[in-house]
Amino acid sequence: MALKTRYELKLGMATREAFGRALVELGRENPDIMAVDADLSKSTFTHLFAKEFPERFVSCGIAEANMVGVAAGLASHGKIPFAASFSCFLLNKAFEQLRVAVAYPGLNVKIVGTHSGISIGEDGPSQMSVEEISLACSLPGFVVLAPADEVATRALVRAAAEHVGPVFIRTGRPRVPIVYSPDQRFEIGKAIQLLDGDDVTLIANGLMVAECIRAAEILDAEGISARVLDLHTVKPLDREAIRRAAVETGAIVVAEEHLVDCGTGVRVAQAVAELHPCVMEFVGIQNTYAESGPPEALLEKYGLTAPHIAAAARRALARKRGR
Amino acid sequence: MQPTRSLEELQAIAKQIRRHIVEMTGAAKSGHPGGSLSAVEILVTLFFGGVLRHDPKRPDWPERDRFILSKGHGAPALYAVLAECGYEAAPRELLKTLRKLGSPYQGHPDKRFLPVLEASTGSLGQGLSIAMGMGFAARLNGNPSRTYVLLGDGEIQEGQIWEAAMFGAYHKIDNVTAIVDYNKMQLDGFIKDVMEVEPLVAKWQAFGWHVLEVDGHSFPALFAAFTLAREVRGKPTVIIAHTVKGKGVSFMENNPKFHGVAPTPEEVELALKELA
Repeated sequence: MALKTRYELKLGMATREAFGRALVELGRENPDIMAVDADLSKSTFTHLFAKEFPERFVSCGIAEANMVGVAAGLASHGKIPFAASFSCFLLNKAFEQLRVAVAYPGLNVKIVGTHSGISIGEDGPSQMSVEEISLACSLPGFVVLAPADEVATRALVRAAAEHVGPVFIRTGRPRVPIVYSPDQRFEIGKAIQLLDGDDVTLIANGLMVAECIRAAEILDAEGISARVLDLHTVKPLDREAIRRAAVETGAIVVAEEHLVDCGTGVRVAQAVAELHPCVMEFVGIQNTYAESGPPEALLEKYGLTAPHIAAAARRALARKRGR
Repeated sequence: MQPTRSLEELQAIAKQIRRHIVEMTGAAKSGHPGGSLSAVEILVTLFFGGVLRHDPKRPDWPERDRFILSKGHGAPALYAVLAECGYEAAPRELLKTLRKLGSPYQGHPDKRFLPVLEASTGSLGQGLSIAMGMGFAARLNGNPSRTYVLLGDGEIQEGQIWEAAMFGAYHKIDNVTAIVDYNKMQLDGFIKDVMEVEPLVAKWQAFGWHVLEVDGHSFPALFAAFTLAREVRGKPTVIIAHTVKGKGVSFMENNPKFHGVAPTPEEVELALKELA
């Protein structure tokens, strides 16, 4: 079965920049939207919001724990704060504040982690988040979003603002390929099928979605038909899309730019185990921190590119057929 | 701002709150009586003395003043005060269900079980940051609401407190007043033996705060401090309230044991006699 859609995968803007621009649009529509930042506004792109709405921009200095508490206080007075920083600082340094000040009372705070994953490149592991999905998903009541491109980011930032309750949005540093047409609709908790296929399903989010599309093209040339699902919402999971993938393709590969043993893959596996057990393979970072280097070289070295995903798909398929 | 009750009335209310604290922690067989008893005059001045603008009949009033018990382990004192104020969500007859399954009076303040609370606390160091966000938002909204936040003296060993202190001075959050319940003790013993916090006044001043130092068991002194705090513009105020841990019960006073240990039934009886 030939690919139904040919993807150009033209390079778009970074998802962190798409977030910053989306926040300005929201700010124009809703005076309660605020940006809260910890001395990284030029990197998180909240400086765009600060420029247009200086009175609604809250500079916290390099103090993430306080920043999250301040955001909780703002939300208590009816504001819709977007607190942004690098994922590693926001979720690791302020995790306890996210837990007690935001998740526990269930406040309407939006947390935006930029520079997620190892694709930040040269700055190295102290700035790289490889556990943000795990940490965010462990906060009861949180919605966890991981958009793949600028179109998805714009739509999901808007969806996050409309959702009443805490949300984490994972964005990245490098420019990433545009996966979606501008009119694509997004709904929190609804995975999007980008390619149909019946031999194996490739599930991913963030920049790994484009890698899965490339992997599907590699597999297509070998006569393997791969379905590609963008699981942009990691929590709550689209259990129906996962169930269908298990039932209809019987083999699932989850690919993530995250520690492989505590991220999207294990969440999908839990759903598969409950709904319809099938063969699974996992592509992700293996029990280590990465290193400095160009993003593309890092993704290749740590096994996160399309050929690695295609190889995992072949393994899954062999296991499925061996049964 | 005018006092709304006489000194005698406030003293009688304080005594009643102390009886509740002893009975509640005694019934729960666990909890933190010492730091609850030290905060009684501070809370009674706020809630009964005409400082906090609140209306128990309208807990959702947007312009109400906010109170955050950042030292969440002092919850029995706050629960007793809310109940005596007549908040519907905080029934007096349930005070003795403190720490029991399903009680509105959870071990530490929990908004899910007691919605009139302004914040869920218990992990020390977080309340001042939340207060800063509330103060910032109230000013932005043109809302006259002020925020009061009660900190423990041991609690200010947390680094987040000083992040929030910097924030308050830099953003000129003058609609927030912090109070330090300075009873000189923490769980492991005397503050000076665990991690000294002095020089306390100089520390807050260096962080750009307006600092007042008072006897934390004197209603007139507390009232005067809260009045001054309201009038200060351009910076937040912290009131260092010198208190006695376990205040009001002779065998609990200045006794670190009663930081986190409840009185036995015999001790409850003795304490209630003293508080008669």
